[in-house]
Amino acid sequence: MENAAIVASGLVKRFGDVPALDGIDLAVPPGTVFGLLGPNGAGKTTTVRILTTILRPDAGEARVLGHDVVADPEAVRNSIGLAGQYAAVDENLTGAENLRLVGKLTHLPRPLIRERAAELLERFDLSAAANRPVKTYSGGMRRRLDLAASLVHRPPVLFLDEPTTGLDPRSRSDLWAVIEDLVAEGTTVLLTTQYLEEADRLADQLAVVDHGRIIAQGTPGELKAGLGSTVIEIGMPGEGSALMALQALVPLGVMPPTLDGTTVKLTVADGPSVLLDALRALDTEGIAPTGVTLREPSLDDVFLSLTGHAAVEESAA
Amino acid sequence: MTSTTTWTTGRPADSGDQKSPTPGAPVPPAPKGHRLAGLKDRLYWGVSDALAVTQRNLIAYTRIPEMMVFSSIQPIMFVLLFRYVLGGAIHPVGYTYVGYLMPGIFVQTVCFGAMSTGIGLAEDLGKGLVERFRSLPMARSAVLAGRTTADLCRNVFVVLLMTVVGVAVGFRSGTGFFSFMAGVFILLAFAYALSWGSALIGLSARNAETAQAMAFPLLFPLTFASSAFAPVSSMPGWLQAFVRNQPVTVVIDACRHLMVVGPQPGSTWKALAWIVGMLAVFGPLAVRKYRRIA
Repeated sequence: MENAAIVASGLVKRFGDVPALDGIDLAVPPGTVFGLLGPNGAGKTTTVRILTTILRPDAGEARVLGHDVVADPEAVRNSIGLAGQYAAVDENLTGAENLRLVGKLTHLPRPLIRERAAELLERFDLSAAANRPVKTYSGGMRRRLDLAASLVHRPPVLFLDEPTTGLDPRSRSDLWAVIEDLVAEGTTVLLTTQYLEEADRLADQLAVVDHGRIIAQGTPGELKAGLGSTVIEIGMPGEGSALMALQALVPLGVMPPTLDGTTVKLTVADGPSVLLDALRALDTEGIAPTGVTLREPSLDDVFLSLTGHAAVEESAA
Repeated sequence: MTSTTTWTTGRPADSGDQKSPTPGAPVPPAPKGHRLAGLKDRLYWGVSDALAVTQRNLIAYTRIPEMMVFSSIQPIMFVLLFRYVLGGAIHPVGYTYVGYLMPGIFVQTVCFGAMSTGIGLAEDLGKGLVERFRSLPMARSAVLAGRTTADLCRNVFVVLLMTVVGVAVGFRSGTGFFSFMAGVFILLAFAYALSWGSALIGLSARNAETAQAMAFPLLFPLTFASSAFAPVSSMPGWLQAFVRNQPVTVVIDACRHLMVVGPQPGSTWKALAWIVGMLAVFGPLAVRKYRRIA
């Protein structure tokens, strides 16, 4: 893609003998949100660190707004903001001091620094805490300050590395709204996440990463159409009836139903109406379920269907 | 609770301030010239960034005053211990004991103070601050330069404090103001060189506890197996060879001459040579380590 804001092709990185990235290709059009979805250790953070010039790739190349991350890192750094899961702000400084420090280090004109810091504190509802040391902040406040710090120099491209990991649901949805505002204003965002819900809400394009490779890519809608947007779980009284139910439900799902103990799991596109069909089918067979659950697919479901292994890695290494 | 008001709706209220640009809107970054501009601009931003980081580190020191207080109490206790408890039994030739002791205390204090450089860097690494700095268009050198400069400022304060303590327990410079200040210069230069060694340790350790644990066994023999508290001639022969030639003794001797009994060019030059040598070794190694940290 010629005019993409972020492009990477064939990114490879190893740490010692361990391959962290094994050929990552991606392209993010300007003004859109690109989500990298995957479990811990999949290579999401390594990808972000290469794109933000913190790490050099062993092979492959990447450009941000046309600037090569290896050949011209300074031009890249001028156009990007990075906010991370570590909430990298100085605990001993106040919120305002943290933002002013970033203002100085991004070489904003001096008179603008104070103004910009105040404006961001206001926007992120931190004005009241502006002159308190960050160590007195709550987790959600720190994350907001971290995001604010990445915006001081108005970067047109923003990297968010698991921006809401560890936050309570309220802080999470607050942060999502802020990110949506930034995108509405034209910012290009690359975000990594472990949460399908987050990727679904924010991302225009999604890539699922596993073991340093992109194993699936598309819009959230496309991915979900492939995976089914709803998971139906039907608990059966015993193994015999569970097997019978498995047989009876084969025609209904996007992919074959699976069995977990005495629970049959069915991934479907249209939950409620398929649920009716499923119950009718079971009724015809004369078998009665002990429990029925209808839920959104989790990252685990996505991984299971794409890779055949669970997102949370088993003990084997 | 401050977080109950909604900031999620985004934009601040339009309070007649139409000129203010929309927050977060992508605007070309402010500095346009400095990337391709000449050495002069690079130097300007290098110094400006280092000062910004220095200021940040100094503010942090003022936010944890208990650390400054406790790190000052220890050398003061050493002064009192040796001046009034142990010192009566030690008789250095050509010095009153307090005159002998204080230069040793000065050097010991800056040696242990140097640990804070490594500890601070290890903390910044562990907390992800270095990561953020590396993603900003700031001078690469600023993190190390800013940390060591802040610790130099801190040492100026520490030396001043210890001088006051010394005067209070009867220390008098016998060489005049300028010679005394030359001694202070040697002391601070040595502290600065040690900071770079400490930086190397901190960057290798990657967390504050490990940095402290690594630095202590190096500093302890250097400061105590030195001429700081007792004359070298009172030690066994095998130890004397080490004590006489290690940098802490060399710097203490130079300070003693400059501050108490009168300068001797030989000891001053030897101390300067150690300082330059340490900077020449630790500086590039620390910079290399910083660049390679993944």
